[in-house]
Amino acid sequence: MDIFSLIPALGGGILIGIAAIGLMLFNGRIAGISGILGGVFPFNSNDTLWRIAFLVGLVIAPFFYRVLVGQIPEITFSVSWPFLALGGVLVGIGTQLGSGCTSGHGVCGISRFSIRSIVATLIFMSTAALTVFFVRHVWGA
Amino acid sequence: MFRKIIKQSFVALIVGVVFGLGLIVSGMVNPAKILAFLDVAGDWDPSLAFVMGGALITTGIGYRLIFFRKRPVLSPDFLLPVKKQIDSKLVIGSVLFGLGWGITGLCPGPALTALTIGSTEIYVFLFSMSVGIFGFKFVKQCLGHS
Repeated sequence: MDIFSLIPALGGGILIGIAAIGLMLFNGRIAGISGILGGVFPFNSNDTLWRIAFLVGLVIAPFFYRVLVGQIPEITFSVSWPFLALGGVLVGIGTQLGSGCTSGHGVCGISRFSIRSIVATLIFMSTAALTVFFVRHVWGA
Repeated sequence: MFRKIIKQSFVALIVGVVFGLGLIVSGMVNPAKILAFLDVAGDWDPSLAFVMGGALITTGIGYRLIFFRKRPVLSPDFLLPVKKQIDSKLVIGSVLFGLGWGITGLCPGPALTALTIGSTEIYVFLFSMSVGIFGFKFVKQCLGHS
């Protein structure tokens, strides 16, 4: 951990912020991934296409990164399939029931000083940290 | 109307790419890094706090300026959540999401951006997440809740 590893973190965060600003300025929408994804169905001629376009943008971003930077981003998984499946279902249900995820509540909501988003972010961050603590230090996986 | 939808979708596509690049540059797309950030008691990697900080300062200032406008550039209204009260859905949903995020190190945005980088693991996660999202919405609709 050194000061230089914080520059990409800050820069990436600013890019995320620029994206959130762009979607609000032009389309008047919150850049919340779980909300955008969850709203794809049922199809609605006025409301579905921009959602799909946004999601396609997220999916093709690595190609642009590769062109600009010349390498493929590193990703490492340390979790087995059954847990990935369980975690996926929990993330899916949780974000719909709680109306948001890291982007919708954590970035856009807090930026609007929404109390609901501040509470949601504190809850999912602390639950996630407790889960990691339990898995790594209590259960010892 | 159709032209407006095309313009909105074009903006959304570019915004999606910029968002995805932010997730890649910042390292959020890597579940191992997310878990290292969440592992406060272990070898803690605080850098994701700076991702959040950078995003919040940028969005916070940007939103303030944008809301001086009467309406967005390509849309009649700003569509903002109106709910104010902290209800059990918000709390329980956030706990479930936190559990899933803590187990896997993946949340919806990074998982989508990792689709073309990762292998079977990411397909398993995205499939299960979609089952969770659309299964939940289907059940909710069947039960007739708003």
